[in-house]
Amino acid sequence: MSTLSYALADSATMVRRQIKHMRRYPSMTLQLVGLPVVFLLLFVYVFGGTLGNGLGAGPGGRGEYLDYVTPGILLMAVAAVSMGTAISVSMDMTEGIVARFRTMAIARMSVLTGHVIGAMLQTYLAVAVVLGVALAIGFRPNASVVEWVAAAGVLGMLAFALTWLTVATGLVAKTVESASNLPQPLVFLPFLGSGFVPTDSMPVGLRWFAEYQPFTPIIETLRGLLLGTGIGNSWIAAVAWSAGIALVSYLWAKRLYNRQA
Amino acid sequence: MTANMDGTAVAVRGLRKSYGEKVVLDGVDLTVAEGTTLALLGPNGAGKTTMVQILSTLIRADEGDMRVAGRDVRAEPDAVRAAIGVTGQFSAVDKLLTGEENLLLMADLHHLGRREGRRRAAELLERLDLVEAGRKAATTYSGGMQRRLDLAMTLVGEPRVIFLDEPTTGLDPRSRRGLWQIIRELVAGGVTIFLTTQYLEEADQLADRIALLDQGRLVAEGTPDELKRRIPGGHVSLRFTDPTELDLAARTLGLTGGDEETLVLQVPHDGGVHSLRALLARLDDASIEVETLTVHTPDLDDVFLALTDKKQANEKMEAVR
Repeated sequence: MSTLSYALADSATMVRRQIKHMRRYPSMTLQLVGLPVVFLLLFVYVFGGTLGNGLGAGPGGRGEYLDYVTPGILLMAVAAVSMGTAISVSMDMTEGIVARFRTMAIARMSVLTGHVIGAMLQTYLAVAVVLGVALAIGFRPNASVVEWVAAAGVLGMLAFALTWLTVATGLVAKTVESASNLPQPLVFLPFLGSGFVPTDSMPVGLRWFAEYQPFTPIIETLRGLLLGTGIGNSWIAAVAWSAGIALVSYLWAKRLYNRQA
Repeated sequence: MTANMDGTAVAVRGLRKSYGEKVVLDGVDLTVAEGTTLALLGPNGAGKTTMVQILSTLIRADEGDMRVAGRDVRAEPDAVRAAIGVTGQFSAVDKLLTGEENLLLMADLHHLGRREGRRRAAELLERLDLVEAGRKAATTYSGGMQRRLDLAMTLVGEPRVIFLDEPTTGLDPRSRRGLWQIIRELVAGGVTIFLTTQYLEEADQLADRIALLDQGRLVAEGTPDELKRRIPGGHVSLRFTDPTELDLAARTLGLTGGDEETLVLQVPHDGGVHSLRALLARLDDASIEVETLTVHTPDLDDVFLALTDKKQANEKMEAVR
């Protein structure tokens, strides 16, 4: 076998390891998926009636708010899963198993690619669950097949970027506790963007932040794909942010992993 | 690969490593012949673990030539990794997986193929007495079982050189002896063992050669017997009931320096039964009453303390000045 096929085989082995972890300890996955579902129900049923009326256009009310908030909740699901990645990477680093991998003649980065691909699978699972709940309570997207595929692509790009970022935070964290705390802000970033309310309803400083932070163009792109609202140039910013975060995080993670005392 | 090892499994020349100001390894030279066991012995903080980490490609040395299994550690780390196995102080098992799954994970990473992987996993579970525990998650394992699983994982790749960093630290005596037996079997199969330990008994039991590391330098190296010969021989301690007896005994035996406070007299002695009988006969002839007698033969503890303490004692003297 060539170097490349060894690298692929080793990464596949590490992905299988992650899937075994998930199947054996589903409570972690449930917890990560549970968070966005709770937020979805909370925002739709508690705040949705009032917030929907404030959206301006359309009939207003709970139904319209459900459509508005679902893309933001999907992003929250992506962010929540990536938080779990930081924890499992950090556990690997503190348990000594990574030291073993490093003394073996295997593709060096396969440990990390295993984490990333495992997390991507987990992300799609979480997104499917959140979407299922949203559809069950009345979310009515009008996307075509192509738009669904594009939406899956957008979420995948974000998941890829955020997972590499949390792999790096998992590597940089000294303890598992700090690894679980470092990426917390990611889960709340949709709040400070167009995830829950339109940015033009915010005060100036916050609005500026909300419009230029990476999650907003991604949410807008997703909303456009699923509900047919205007996407404009958001998709360019969405792709650029995802690619940029992925690249920087990958290089950072690689450097942290290969760092030798 | 065996051919270009020239009978030498590990060769180290002028190894230096420091972390900032702190010098951890200060010019270490060491060779380990193929198919033998070397015990690297030393107190905590002597640099044993650092040396294993460098030779197993985990960290880089500042200076020095290191060859493991005939390959240059710096230039060809992957070739070294393919030939070695490492079992460290902290268990390197995936605790969320079962024992069997851990072994199959290793088999996959060695690209053994499904059937061969299963065969070897089953064989190792059997050999390391983990058959019953094989399908249980490693979190439920005792310390000794985790250590055995750890070693089993190391053995999946059939390494020619195995680094064992304090493999029995924290184990109960029974588990320790079990592990020693496994290590002996490995050596019998032609594997080279590079062992670090704080336990002199472990080094005495397992090692063909012992290297004594203290504060980053090798202070002694040789077979266990050679090292024991390097320090003053054994003695017999005689304790008396009162100072007059002690004094009388000292004069009878032509010695000076009995301890008036503890009433103990140390008599140089080779540990043989004949000379002991002769000694007692001389004391009997002089009607000297001996309260207790202990025979002390030199062991590695004496070597260890003599060689590591001397330096520390010197430093303390300098600090006082």
